[in-house]
Amino acid sequence: MRHEVLFSGFGGQGIILSAVILGRAAAIYDRKYAVQTQVYGPEARGGASMSAVVIDDEQILYPEVSNPDTYVIMSQPGYDKYGAGARDDAFVIYDKDLVFSKPSCRNLPVPATQTAKELTGRTIVANIIMLGAVVRSSGIVSEEAIRKAVLDSVPKGTEDLNLKALNAGFELGAKDSQ
Amino acid sequence: MQGNIACAEGALAAGCRFFGGYPITPSTEVAEHMAKMMPKVGGVFIQMEDEIASISSIIGASWTGVKAMTATSGPGFSLMMENIGYAAITETPIVIINVQRGGPSTGQPTMSAQGDMMQCRFGSHGDFSIIALTPSTVQEMYELTVKAFNLAEEFRCPVFLMSDETIGHMRERIEIPDSVDVVNRKELEKGKLPYETDADNPVPGFPTFGHGHRVHVTGLTHDARGYPDTTNHKTHSDLVRRLVGKVESKRHEIADYDIAGTDAEIVFLTYGPATRTVRQIMKDSPDLKIGHINLRIVWPFPENVLKEFPNAKVFIVPEMNMGQIGREVARHTPVKVVYLPKLGGDMHTPQDLMEAYDREKALIGGGN
Repeated sequence: MRHEVLFSGFGGQGIILSAVILGRAAAIYDRKYAVQTQVYGPEARGGASMSAVVIDDEQILYPEVSNPDTYVIMSQPGYDKYGAGARDDAFVIYDKDLVFSKPSCRNLPVPATQTAKELTGRTIVANIIMLGAVVRSSGIVSEEAIRKAVLDSVPKGTEDLNLKALNAGFELGAKDSQ
Repeated sequence: MQGNIACAEGALAAGCRFFGGYPITPSTEVAEHMAKMMPKVGGVFIQMEDEIASISSIIGASWTGVKAMTATSGPGFSLMMENIGYAAITETPIVIINVQRGGPSTGQPTMSAQGDMMQCRFGSHGDFSIIALTPSTVQEMYELTVKAFNLAEEFRCPVFLMSDETIGHMRERIEIPDSVDVVNRKELEKGKLPYETDADNPVPGFPTFGHGHRVHVTGLTHDARGYPDTTNHKTHSDLVRRLVGKVESKRHEIADYDIAGTDAEIVFLTYGPATRTVRQIMKDSPDLKIGHINLRIVWPFPENVLKEFPNAKVFIVPEMNMGQIGREVARHTPVKVVYLPKLGGDMHTPQDLMEAYDREKALIGGGN
């Protein structure tokens, strides 16, 4: 079955890296097919950033997302541009410290930035918390696969920090979605 | 793995040991990866001051016998035009990666396009021939880069990997083989003149610098010795005909494409990302009769492939440009050719292609 996951937020939050990690988990560790694509502007930090992953049991032909079933949103402009148009049966998971709108479809507000700050003192791992939450609440890849993919993708010396964030994300993702 | 990284890995597997380049979005990851890897394999990475210097450096490196490449995008590619002709007339094997973005000029740095397809063929002045490969997957970024090096050695001409932002920045899983078939440079036989050829052997052996050959390398029209001979009509005519003919006469052997649905009336011809979209609509609508040509080598253009579709009533050519290869298709067939340009940075969607299919189907009429 084809899944389309769309990540959006500000440049610098690790929006593209999140998609790379999810795609890696699916393609390398769950042995499914995955394609990761992105849209970005010439700005580095602070600009709009979008990236996407298509995950399928079969080979992926058309690689772009056209109608995502899962959204991971980490900014209000990212919500306005992408999340607001989510289809009725989509699942929107969003950082409730950064997105103030209320999706009409199934959704899960996650205090990712706040948790990152309180738990690790580093807001930079908010994206990893979001990843943990979306994997636990959607089951789109296995938790073992995302754990390995996170470890592959983060700088040496930050493994413990990122695993702490991922585990916090798992716990937040276990809460009922609305 | 990302497409651009797969390209760099393919180059290393093919034996590339010199990279001279200047970073430019969306090709920069190729240079980054080469910078990281070259010291590990005993090769050389140089960041040059601009793209003119970049292509000059790889031509010079190639003459020392090493396999050399550069990577760029539209604005840098435009700067390289003069020395592409120099590589063509001096018959220097080089590989140029162009990860295409929106043009003209600096255009859309972070968006995808295929606007340089004619430029790679005809951008430098004078008559000559080149080879251009077009990947549609990350796997092909690897495989076709290997192939680009092999073709450059075989034909002694500039070879282009004409990728685009979509495939260059896309990540998917690839299988890297334990070894790849590699064509190495054929050295000039002792006693032969540097540009001595005959009808059966239009590609001369290579008189590598430092290997004891007497050789003069010039962009001027030259004779078999390599000496300038710029007012002799026959010398120039023979040289240019050979530069064009050594590639064009082998175009059906060089050809690399897939075909499907050869009995169809409506046939899509694609290269690069749109190949994936056609395959998607063929999978989604197995009952529709859709023909498909996917070119992995666009130049030299393998026009015989069009004859594989005897029932064709229309060739639809989706491109991320205003119809550059579509015009080449039209040049070779009496069948109607429909251009399907997509500009702005996105690849063709399944809806784009289905609309074109339905439109043409209605014009043709009849059953499915």
